[in-house]
Amino acid sequence: MDVAIIGIGLHRFGRSPDLSGMQQGASAVRAALADAGLSWKDMQFAYGGSQDAGNADALVNELGLTGLQFTNIWNGCATGGSSLHAAYSAIKSGEYDVGVVVGFDKHPRGAFNPKPADWGIDEWYGETGMMLTTQFFALKTQRYMHEHGITEESLIRVSEKAFTNGSLTPTAWRQQALSYDEIANSAMISDPLRKYMFCSPAEGGAALIICNADKAHLYSRKPLFLKTAAVRTRHYGSFEVFAPSQAMNVADASTVTASKAAFEQAGIGPEDIDVMQLQDTDSGTEIIHMAENGFCEHGEQEKLLREGATGINGSMPINTDGGCLANGEPVGASGLRQVYEICVQLRGEGGARQVPNNPKVGYTHVYGAPGLSGVNIITK
Amino acid sequence: MPNQVPVHEGLFTWPSTKPQLLGSRCVDCAETAFPAQPDCRSCGSRETKIIELGDCGTLWTWTIQTFMPKAPYKSDETPETFQPYGVGYVEMPGGVRVESRLLPNKPEDLHIGMPMQLEIIPFRTDDNGDQIMTFRFSPVKEA
Ligand SMILES: [Zn+2]
Repeated sequence: MDVAIIGIGLHRFGRSPDLSGMQQGASAVRAALADAGLSWKDMQFAYGGSQDAGNADALVNELGLTGLQFTNIWNGCATGGSSLHAAYSAIKSGEYDVGVVVGFDKHPRGAFNPKPADWGIDEWYGETGMMLTTQFFALKTQRYMHEHGITEESLIRVSEKAFTNGSLTPTAWRQQALSYDEIANSAMISDPLRKYMFCSPAEGGAALIICNADKAHLYSRKPLFLKTAAVRTRHYGSFEVFAPSQAMNVADASTVTASKAAFEQAGIGPEDIDVMQLQDTDSGTEIIHMAENGFCEHGEQEKLLREGATGINGSMPINTDGGCLANGEPVGASGLRQVYEICVQLRGEGGARQVPNNPKVGYTHVYGAPGLSGVNIITK
Repeated sequence: MPNQVPVHEGLFTWPSTKPQLLGSRCVDCAETAFPAQPDCRSCGSRETKIIELGDCGTLWTWTIQTFMPKAPYKSDETPETFQPYGVGYVEMPGGVRVESRLLPNKPEDLHIGMPMQLEIIPFRTDDNGDQIMTFRFSPVKEA
């Protein structure tokens, strides 16, 4: 049984000072319902999650107490990916025909401050200053650049592309393009990553209405199809965030295994993808994720970025809405924002940021602490 | 001389004139972990033994923490007195890469592959006046 996406909704990312995170989630659900031409009472089930903005199932207070099955999902940055996977399975099983997936968040300003105990780590690790995601991404990028001959130029080009795409995206938080020099001269935050190479915690909401593909024509004239949703956690030896030590033999990251599983399930390969979203908590990580998801060889990124391959008009458009760098990171919502943007592109509704030549197959990838990845493949 | 207390028991030998990092080795598959783990994350064995990982190693990757972290970071510093610090993974002869604070905090003083030496340093003073000790790596001094 196939799974269709028949409605997409976004509450603009960035800062919404007058709205709670939950209200931003409800706003996204209403937008997705309107897009599908359905109402809340048509929803048979819901999966949702947020990190800092409350229990997703309390959204019924905003949307209506209809008695539906509502399951809260919390899986770090991969919360959206895991929610969508759960909904995908609910449809695949035949138990339900139509439901909603929602993610939302509202974080305080400044860097995240996770608690070691929540991640199975003793307090000393946080007390002595090592419990920071920014550090991990810098440490992984530093090693990756050393091993694969990636230079700072590539880090800058990823950010340059992100903010250019953000400037073309009406819903993006950062709408100001930044020049190569502005990025290159921005403050060093965690060597080799500079200020404009990191995304910031933010606010926003995203929602999708999904249904049994056999019944999609009842609801929508333009359904898209969720070919696969795969979530994988780390293996022994993979180099991941919040790890007081690493094994000597480096194993494949969870991204590699999630990506391979998704391609295998969908029966296609990286060469078949027309437009993609790759988790870009920072510009180094987007570069690493290009290869970990199978879209290029390790080290090939330097040449691809110089040629503009990852831009909207390039051969492998990545993060056409500016990604996390231009939209910020509301943890619960980010993974679904990625799927939203791929759907916009496959529908041909991208406006100034539309990928040319009628893209037909899209790909999304999230990465979250402490080493898990979610991949979705979406087709026309 | 204030009382010196490790930030956490079992991370390193203390007190000691030549402190060593402590880890665990799996009795079944020989994989090494830091900090010591009662169970093996590689093979799932429940038999591990505590071992000394050594007191010097090689820098595998590094970065510099330029801003003062929020809680749970707990030092004596204020935003005004905060000094950037290095962070890296150091490859230990015991067979594991250990994440650690590093003494150097300028990029020109850090490079992958450089030999590093363990040191145990006072990190902060607690309410009883005890010095809370943690581990850090610094460059091996030229002989
Ligand atoms: Zn073992």
